[in-house]
Amino acid sequence: MIGKLAAYVGQYRRDVLLVPIFVLIDVACELSMPLLMSRIVDIGIVNQDIGYIARIGLYMALLALTAIAFGVGMMFFSTRGSMGFGANLRDALFAKIQQFSFKNIDKFSTASLITRVTNDVNNLQMTFLMALRILLRAPMMLIIAFLLAYSINSELSVILAVAIPILVGAVLLVMRTAGRRFAIVQERIDSMNATLQENLIGQRVVKSFVRTDFENAKFRQSNDDLTNAFIRAVSVVILNMPVMMLVMNGTALVVIWQGGGMVAGGRLGAGELISFLSYIMQILFSVMMISMVFVMSARAQASARRVLEVLETEIDIVDSVGPEGGSDLPRVTAGRVEFRDVSLKYDLSGSGAEVLSGVSFAAEPGEVVAIVGGTGSGKSTLVSLIPRLYDVTAGSVLVDGHDVRDYRLDDLRGAIGVVLQQNTLFSGTIRENLLWGREDATIEEIEAVCRAAQAHEFIMSFPDGYETDLGQGGVNLSGGQKQRLTIARAMLKRPRILILDDSTSAVDSATEERIREAFYRELADTTVFIIAQRISSVRAADRILVIDDGKLIGEGTHQSLLAENKVYQEINQSQQEGVLAG
Amino acid sequence: MSADRSTPSRASQPTAGASAPAGAGRRRPGRPGGPPAGGPGIPRGGYQRPKDLKQVSLRLLGYLKVRWPILAVVVVLMLISTGTSLAGNYLLKPIINDYILPGDFPGLARTLLVLGAIYLAGVVASYGQSRLMIEVAQRTSNTMRRDLFAKLQKLPLRYFDAHSHGELMSRFTNDIDMVQMAFEQSLVQLISSAIGFTGAIVMMAVLSPRLLLVTMAVLAVMLFVMTRIGGKSRTYFMAQQRYLGDVNGYVEELVEGLKVVKVFGYEQTAIEEFGQRNEEYRQAATSANFYAAVIMPIMGNLSNIAYAASAMVGGMLTVWGRFDVGSLAAFLQYSRQMGMPINQISNQFNTVLAAMAGAERVFEVMDEDPELDEGSVTLVGVSKHADGSFEVMGDGGHPTHWAWQCPQPDGSVAYTELRGDVRFNDVIFGYVPGQPVLHSVSLFAKPGQKIAFVGSTGAGKTTVTNLVNRFYEVDEGTITFDGIDVQRIAKSSLRLSIGMVLQDTHLFTGSVLENIRYGRLTASDEECIQAAVQANAHSFIRRLPQGYDTVITADGTNLSQGQRQLLAIARAAVADPPVMVLDEATSSIDTRTERLIEKGLDALMQDRTVFVIAHRLSTVRNSDAILVIEDGRIIERGDHDDLLEQRGRYYQLYTGQYELS
Repeated sequence: MIGKLAAYVGQYRRDVLLVPIFVLIDVACELSMPLLMSRIVDIGIVNQDIGYIARIGLYMALLALTAIAFGVGMMFFSTRGSMGFGANLRDALFAKIQQFSFKNIDKFSTASLITRVTNDVNNLQMTFLMALRILLRAPMMLIIAFLLAYSINSELSVILAVAIPILVGAVLLVMRTAGRRFAIVQERIDSMNATLQENLIGQRVVKSFVRTDFENAKFRQSNDDLTNAFIRAVSVVILNMPVMMLVMNGTALVVIWQGGGMVAGGRLGAGELISFLSYIMQILFSVMMISMVFVMSARAQASARRVLEVLETEIDIVDSVGPEGGSDLPRVTAGRVEFRDVSLKYDLSGSGAEVLSGVSFAAEPGEVVAIVGGTGSGKSTLVSLIPRLYDVTAGSVLVDGHDVRDYRLDDLRGAIGVVLQQNTLFSGTIRENLLWGREDATIEEIEAVCRAAQAHEFIMSFPDGYETDLGQGGVNLSGGQKQRLTIARAMLKRPRILILDDSTSAVDSATEERIREAFYRELADTTVFIIAQRISSVRAADRILVIDDGKLIGEGTHQSLLAENKVYQEINQSQQEGVLAG
Repeated sequence: MSADRSTPSRASQPTAGASAPAGAGRRRPGRPGGPPAGGPGIPRGGYQRPKDLKQVSLRLLGYLKVRWPILAVVVVLMLISTGTSLAGNYLLKPIINDYILPGDFPGLARTLLVLGAIYLAGVVASYGQSRLMIEVAQRTSNTMRRDLFAKLQKLPLRYFDAHSHGELMSRFTNDIDMVQMAFEQSLVQLISSAIGFTGAIVMMAVLSPRLLLVTMAVLAVMLFVMTRIGGKSRTYFMAQQRYLGDVNGYVEELVEGLKVVKVFGYEQTAIEEFGQRNEEYRQAATSANFYAAVIMPIMGNLSNIAYAASAMVGGMLTVWGRFDVGSLAAFLQYSRQMGMPINQISNQFNTVLAAMAGAERVFEVMDEDPELDEGSVTLVGVSKHADGSFEVMGDGGHPTHWAWQCPQPDGSVAYTELRGDVRFNDVIFGYVPGQPVLHSVSLFAKPGQKIAFVGSTGAGKTTVTNLVNRFYEVDEGTITFDGIDVQRIAKSSLRLSIGMVLQDTHLFTGSVLENIRYGRLTASDEECIQAAVQANAHSFIRRLPQGYDTVITADGTNLSQGQRQLLAIARAAVADPPVMVLDEATSSIDTRTERLIEKGLDALMQDRTVFVIAHRLSTVRNSDAILVIEDGRIIERGDHDDLLEQRGRYYQLYTGQYELS
């Protein structure tokens, strides 16, 4: 896992490799200080040598200055390396997600993908930074301090052989227990958030049933559960500090007792004893830091797994590689669409039901094809096969006589305009959003499609017209206005094939009628697919496909279907009753 | 002593340093040891300072006030633990001077025992202090969350229209987290660092005022460096948060709109645009984290210089006989101890400011005006006598009749029978001031009548029903209920008298039975099942894996739209209110389910005043009155036959000459 991630250090490899060198020098300078200090006490003071004391003092100051230089350098390179690593990883992840097929997207939830690019990468970036700074430093500190302590007095060092395992054991025990308890905390947080979210979403229900007290009690319960779990978890974690202090202080006492005897017996200098104490502290502190970093890395591991899962996802829809570098790949010219015995399963491995089975039909260039059927019958899936948003499981989809899989994706999708059910607009102005359709469109062309999509009028009613800033998600537009903009955006593409997936549901009937007329007028040679709930929206189509449970069970005009197709009659019937509100 | 640089602070640092959560405000506990760099936790809104520090501090102190006994103990423990660590170091002097150097082992043993006892006391005190502070911090944040939640329940719907769920939830998680963290760690560390710092200076002065001067000189340099770097660090941090917000915002938008990106072949452009933002963030993050971290080696080594200078000057003084080895050892320990608090104070300071900003945002919500509810008329259950008089029932049992209890100016109470007569008198209303949605609407519904609203989406049908139960307040005009202005009726009574089946059915996590019982908490299992039968929901519930005990998760996603609708109807049925509002949406429901729902609704409408936002001709046809609304005005009123005779809009609709959206 680390190996795979390490590749993303990329151009920052030099920075990362420099860090250990800087750390080593920094640590060496730092650890020399107590040793030099012991010289002042044991040699300078004992020999009453002022010159020696001054010289050693100066050395110490110089070492400290050197340590500043290398410490600053270490911080610089470690920061640049880790932030660079994070940026590379983020870039790679984002680019990978952009390559995702619809099927890949469906596998991950949107929220989870966002968390992976943002929080998880940030976690890894910070963990890497910490690893560069602590994980390198602490072991070096441990080893050098131990060697120095050993060189001062090997007998006293034995005490460490007892102290270190005790400390490691205690810290690990504390952290393990804490880990378990924090898992419970996380559950409680989730459940409190769920209660909260439900309450916010259902605010009208709460108010209309006057359930404030009930809701307060419910929240109080999950709030208290969380608090109790938190207290239980944190009170374990804070044991770390006293444990460490006990071990350190206990060790110091033993060292002073043993060392005191040696000093009195002349086998150890008083200064050496003092510096030995410093080293003990540094050693135990390092041990503690190392064990904590290991525990911390558990969380980074989860992030690493989640990030790698995305990076290693196999993209199931890729460009067709034609012969000879793609020079004779097909192009969409007319927009004839044909389905030949098309079946689709979302889940290939399992026994998942077929979303579409044995669908065959053909749509001629310029035809308006409407698709009706119940919710979940497979209408949206059917049309999404044309721009190859999904690949068929069996059969084939042909555009202008070529299998869609033989086109370059850019060529294929460039010729097809799609208005999805989920009509996303992006932050930026209305004009910028429309330019998604065609980057080099002139303002005249933009206005023309907006007139056709019945959007021009309302756009001009805004003070800034086409330069109106939509903000993220197009928040200040009504559903119908958003739909009209997304239709205009797709029309601007001048597609050979236009797919409208239930994209006029929030537009009133009269406006919808005008949009439909515009299609006939302006997109005379474009093959148009319309998915709609309302029979009134599809009545005028050249051809209507009736889909039920993934099967094509009827094909014809409004009149012919009304005469012979049972499902169509039923849908029509139910909507006759509902005509008042559509 | 470089290891001291990264303080092993306690673990739960819920929101990570530089990672502003992008999605739902979900906390992440279990973060042993704060990040060595990356600074204090930053709220997701970016790096912010509170606007009114004093005001916020006072209110936070208000929350702490109730816990003053614990806090008093904490202060005592804090003094003990800092005191013991100062004393422990001081003992080095007699240990070396009086026992080790002269070789007095019994004395050494005695002093070491004393030292051990001091250490132990320090450990116990510092553990006790952290443990108690956790209690304080957790209980305080618990109280804040509880208050905030209770406050939210009192806010008008207008408030929820204007604030996203994510925004409100981040008050509960991120903002209160910051406060909790500040209480748990920063507060104690700030105070104990200050005590430790002062204590160390005092002890050093006691040991050797001359050496202290040497240390002070270095200290001055340290403070200078710290303020310089600290200021830079803050600037870069703000920049980092801004760019991080950019990056996260872009990711959020483009990933959410990924399918649109794919159909427009926008991938390459998106990758390039993201690359630019990512690079800007990388540069800002590098600067921010560098400046946040660089302070550590500089301060650590400056304190080493102080250590070197003290060792040198102290050594010389000792040679000249003005100082001694034991004092020098103790002094050197203090000079180490002094450097740490400075670092800590600067670190914690930012955390505290961020916490204050978080608290301020929480208080902002708490200061919002609650829903207006000054009505004094309440609803009481009554039993009706044969002669038409009635008497107030006690608690217990579901009453068959209701009455409005109206307090009179003279102190007595009058009772008006609840009949379900609703009238609108020239009601003007707009969601946004100056943009009326309803223009002078007048209408009446007599007891037991079914009133249907017909009109385009956005014509104002739902708005009318939202005003009846005072989800929103009218701008002008009045609405009366049995002759009483609804403004005079206590909101809880008003709403309990009106049942609603809303367009969006919201169910709660819990069993099917619990969800039905939400309509009336005192309903027995039998009553709930009876309601389900009435609502035509019984048959599908029985087929669920655990029947009525089946747990519905996450707003009912394991049920179909139609099934959820049926449960909502059952929920309203069990409430059995005298007035019912049905704002049904059946547009996305298949024909079969629609039939089921129809039957459920028909049962529910028996013997009540009902407002129906109609989607089906059959309902409309049977209504006592049909109101056609267009652009916030009632343009036609009458029963089915009247309206057909009028040959107006309804006639056009009915005969298919005109369509609604």
